[in-house]
Amino acid sequence: MEETSIIISGFGGQGTLFAGQVLAYAAMDNGYEVTWIPSYGPEMRGGTAHCTVIISETLIGSPLVRYPDIVLALNLPSVDKYEPLMPENGVLIANSSLVNREFERQEIRTLLLPANQIAEDIGMSRLANMVMTGSMVKMEPILTMEMIKAALEEHIPERHRETLSMNYKALERGYAFAEKELG
Amino acid sequence: MVEAKTEVIYQRPESFTDVHTHYCPGCTHGVAHRLVAEVIDEMGLREKTIGVAPVGCSVFAYNYFEMDFVEAAHGRAPAMATGIKRVLPDNTVFTYQGDGDLASIGIAEIMHAAGRGENLTVIFINNAIYGMTGGQMAPTTLPGMKTTSSPYGRDVELAGYPLKMAELLAQMEGSGYIVRRSLHDASNIRKAKKAIRLAFEAQERGLGFSMVELLSSCPTNWSMSAQEALGFVEEKMLPVYPLGDYKVTPALQELRV
Amino acid sequence: MAKELLKGNEAFAEAAIRAGVEAFFGYPITPSTEFLEHMARRMPKLGRAFVQAESEVAAINMVYGAACTGKRVMTASSSPGVSLMMEGISYIAGTEVPAVIVNVMRGGPGLGNIAPSQGDYYQMIKGGGHGDYFPIVLAPATVQEAVDYISLAFDLAEKYLSIVHVVVDGNMGQMMEPAELPPMREISDEIPEWAVRGAKDRDPNILTSIYIDPEDEEITNLRLLRRWKEVEKNEVRFQEYQMDNPEILVIGFGTAGRVASSAVRDARAEGIPVGLLRPITLAPFPEGRLEELCDQVQRILVVEMNSGMMLDDVQKIVKGKVPVEFYGRLGGVTPLPDEILDEIRRVSKNEGEISGDPRDEWMDRLEKMRTGDQ
Repeated sequence: MEETSIIISGFGGQGTLFAGQVLAYAAMDNGYEVTWIPSYGPEMRGGTAHCTVIISETLIGSPLVRYPDIVLALNLPSVDKYEPLMPENGVLIANSSLVNREFERQEIRTLLLPANQIAEDIGMSRLANMVMTGSMVKMEPILTMEMIKAALEEHIPERHRETLSMNYKALERGYAFAEKELG
Repeated sequence: MVEAKTEVIYQRPESFTDVHTHYCPGCTHGVAHRLVAEVIDEMGLREKTIGVAPVGCSVFAYNYFEMDFVEAAHGRAPAMATGIKRVLPDNTVFTYQGDGDLASIGIAEIMHAAGRGENLTVIFINNAIYGMTGGQMAPTTLPGMKTTSSPYGRDVELAGYPLKMAELLAQMEGSGYIVRRSLHDASNIRKAKKAIRLAFEAQERGLGFSMVELLSSCPTNWSMSAQEALGFVEEKMLPVYPLGDYKVTPALQELRV
Repeated sequence: MAKELLKGNEAFAEAAIRAGVEAFFGYPITPSTEFLEHMARRMPKLGRAFVQAESEVAAINMVYGAACTGKRVMTASSSPGVSLMMEGISYIAGTEVPAVIVNVMRGGPGLGNIAPSQGDYYQMIKGGGHGDYFPIVLAPATVQEAVDYISLAFDLAEKYLSIVHVVVDGNMGQMMEPAELPPMREISDEIPEWAVRGAKDRDPNILTSIYIDPEDEEITNLRLLRRWKEVEKNEVRFQEYQMDNPEILVIGFGTAGRVASSAVRDARAEGIPVGLLRPITLAPFPEGRLEELCDQVQRILVVEMNSGMMLDDVQKIVKGKVPVEFYGRLGGVTPLPDEILDEIRRVSKNEGEISGDPRDEWMDRLEKMRTGDQ
């Protein structure tokens, strides 16, 4: 990895911004350069709340990209928006709980996983963001599970600290699902 | 040889500079300035007072007070005074504003300074007209009163009604002392001075926002002699702007000065 | 100190606190509001002044008052709010007291939008308020750089008794990036001789911007100009990137400059000899350096998030010695690296002179690109 761009996109309230922050903290804590920028300005069109995270071994120029290396799409509009923009060999993970279609691109790496359903199985539906993040770690291990867990422990808001172990579980279940699907 | 025994009974206050003012003959700004200077002397505040001059006839007020002074943009004196007082809470800060400055362009700043209970003193000169620009209608111009911008007399249907600032500011919870006085004769001038004293006392005691509205004359722009102008204040302005104590915080009511 | 992951607006505010700001007066406006919120949380606990004013007009006049006491004071706002502040800014400049103003720029004119923009270039760099004065304008491009330059802004304001504008755009206000904050600076107990603090054991200080005699105002204007000449001589700051014998020079500031750096990197990877000049002080502009570079490069591409406002300044300095081309996005749209890379590729193949205003061709290209997009 020299520089990797990640977009996490979904409806407001799905925790996309926080998931991006967890990645950003994990990257910073492990010595990478990183930028996190929320959906803002003209990109708000389309009703998605998303953030762009760039993780790099060198100083980061643009905090924004047109063609993201990795996309975690938590809803259908996000898949519609980013699927055509994925570069070859890009990683597109979609939340099949809210995306009722197959992917159209064949030459990119994809995964459909029922993030809401998995999160509900754990007992906390709003952890779909962490399920998605866990699957990303399996598909593109720019950051390890340990790095992400450590960042969560360090930076989770105090009011949510009691959900830390649930967050870990969500990450692990996402990872396990990706492992099972992709071998 | 007989030594003459002399006693000073009247002199220039220490807070006053020894210069001629630029005010027109018969204008009551000079009286108002002097009352403020006397009170600051009597309370021993000169060395810690910072005055804020307005835009209007009293734009050069800082030339007449022997103390630190700043000059605000039109209407913004209460905001500027807020900035000063918030970083120098132990200093005494007052604004000196006319009716165009305070009641028109600066009405947001004065209302919010009072609303915040800024510990400031405001001396408000209400002469019902814009003086410096040459006699235009002010927010406090009386109904029917002729000015260069209400040449047929202020028509309330078109130009609205006079703003009663003492009454308005008395509504603000942050206000500690809000009164209206007049400068049209000696006895009223004495009462005005006492009010100015109480306003500064309110500030020194941290009792919140204080304002003394002073009904004043403008012989030049009213096209009257000095004497006629004082008569106009008494006969025409007093009925529209009743003198009185509109808000006096309890801690101040017991104070004797 | 270790790096922290900080949201731009909060980092800027904290940097000001660490630099010893004693008073903040502001009014909420997107995309700068977190700046005010951070001040609201922190300043009272430090025993410093914070007021949410009734308007930007009042806020800047509170800044004006506090600045007259010789204490470090600032405000932060966004484009429409800064427009409202222009009255007070001119008075502060005319009174020759120091103040720092942060503008987190957004799309305009008018209500515009809350998206990042550089459309206030003229307003900030050329003065904005009435009368003859010269604000210092700093345009950092990363959270760390902004943290560092906000501290410098206070030093420059005091050194030159000047307004210092720190201009960033909504991207920078909203983004998070690791940065190292400076240690808390002790508040200076030095009182400038001009400050109003009460005339004890000295003659009164009068602070005003009124010079009723035009001759006096002329003297004041000249004094401001002489001071500005000192600023021009001493305070130019810029950053260069990939400047190993460039044939094409890209010039951009703030976010546009930062995005351009990614495009320059990618273009170099394709073998295009391109470098980047990123002015950090927009006023004073790195004029001398640009003049030097005119002798070394064959073509210049100016990239901005406005309709080519800095472009005018660049052309004034280049004086036609090198063809200057332009690429801008407007109205709150941030250009992405691939767009600028395409521009660099195009410019690298372009050899002819540019006839007329480079904006004419750019507008045609942008229209085509936009219709192609949809």
